[in-house]
Amino acid sequence: MCLAIPGKVIEIDAKNALQAIVDVVGVRRKVDLGLLQDAPPVPGDWVLIHVGFAMSKISEADAADQMQTLMMLGEAQAAMEEVRGYGLEEDEVPPRLGSGRVQ
Amino acid sequence: MRFVDEFRAPELITKASDEIRRLADPNRHYRIMEVCGGHTHAIYRFGLKDLLPENVELIHGPGCPVCVLPMGRIDDGLALAARPGFIFAAFGDMMRVPGTHGSPLEYKARGMDVRIVYSPADALKLARNNPDKHVMFFAIGFETTAPSTALTIARAKAEGLPNFSVFCNHVTIIPAIRAILDSPDMRLDGFVGPGHVSTVIGCRPYDWIAEDAGKPVVVSGFEPLDILQSIVMLLRQLRLGESKVENQYKRVVPWEGNSAALRAMADVFELRPYFEWRGLGFISQSALKIRASYARWDSEQRFTVPGVRVTDPKAAQCGEVLKGVLKPAQCKLFARECTPEQPVGALMVSSEGSCAAYYNYEHRKPVTIANAAAS
Repeated sequence: MCLAIPGKVIEIDAKNALQAIVDVVGVRRKVDLGLLQDAPPVPGDWVLIHVGFAMSKISEADAADQMQTLMMLGEAQAAMEEVRGYGLEEDEVPPRLGSGRVQ
Repeated sequence: MRFVDEFRAPELITKASDEIRRLADPNRHYRIMEVCGGHTHAIYRFGLKDLLPENVELIHGPGCPVCVLPMGRIDDGLALAARPGFIFAAFGDMMRVPGTHGSPLEYKARGMDVRIVYSPADALKLARNNPDKHVMFFAIGFETTAPSTALTIARAKAEGLPNFSVFCNHVTIIPAIRAILDSPDMRLDGFVGPGHVSTVIGCRPYDWIAEDAGKPVVVSGFEPLDILQSIVMLLRQLRLGESKVENQYKRVVPWEGNSAALRAMADVFELRPYFEWRGLGFISQSALKIRASYARWDSEQRFTVPGVRVTDPKAAQCGEVLKGVLKPAQCKLFARECTPEQPVGALMVSSEGSCAAYYNYEHRKPVTIANAAAS
């Protein structure tokens, strides 16, 4: 989907510097940093995530605005489902259809 | 002004709306295209049309990847995945998109192994977890999604993962804009440029629209205020007789784009000579194919693809709506045969498709105090 999801980088994977644990409103998932390797984020940085990959670094204020936009668009729930779905951790829970939109 | 009170900084919204009224020449009719489906969704959801004067018209563009995918590609992907031992993996968006003999979800009901993934990297993981199956990832999307697919393919190659391939339907936005500008029945005054596509490609690829086609472009964010500000910036240029590329979404979009993402795409993909777009027909150099150096991870190079071509249902006027020639409600099937629950055309499937957005927010207009009193 066109709307990217904001998250905070918590921890870079010790074995793979292109993987990080990112927190999206309390949900923590592995996110790929491969597309930010020219200016890698560090723990504490905010990023916009799109289909499991961090796409750009943003400020904390912009992250809050982006979450607000998702809420106003009625997309916050779909965004959280997408984040929960990353990594196939919840294979046993069939995700609701219609989320995971791309652009 | 349905949602004005919910907006952040409502006083700025009112100010931007007033500025648009001030800048718009009452003797002129402005047609501004928002290219991105995310903008289309936001415009309907926030009722932004109500904040614009009647002579400033928003035309919805081709930037919804599900909507522009021709049915033949879905049929091809599903035909491949019907082989024994195949898993069809795709984003949730794809699941209800109708192919000739049903959507991926309907194929699943008939026994096909169809999985929703939220990231191409998870399709790769699915392949690692199922070494005795072949996982085919049905990739769709513009330049926002294509770099993630590219990195995933590069990793499959680095790992030498044998049971994974990508059926690539990635498209690029610039040739679609060119096709629309070349279309004889189209008159546009300017473009609200896509926000997240531009985080990848930057702002330079739009230069020709300003310089050669003489139309202003403003790359925009997704908040109501972002979109209104972008319209202000476009009208300001039009008033001065200017046409340049401006970036309203500087907080996210760097002028030069994302170099690592562009490199990943260039490494894995090359341009197809032509590709079919639903509603727009064949457009040259408008889509990405996987390079021969990654042939093993390309479903189309690895397996025989039927190459199905399907004409859109005659009565559905998706093409005209997609080009902005018709409004969604002017299509003969709108809200009759074609609804979000039972979509005939793809514009009704995705919430970013203009028909679904129109259906959800205009056709089923919520009863508010204002419109209840008026009726």
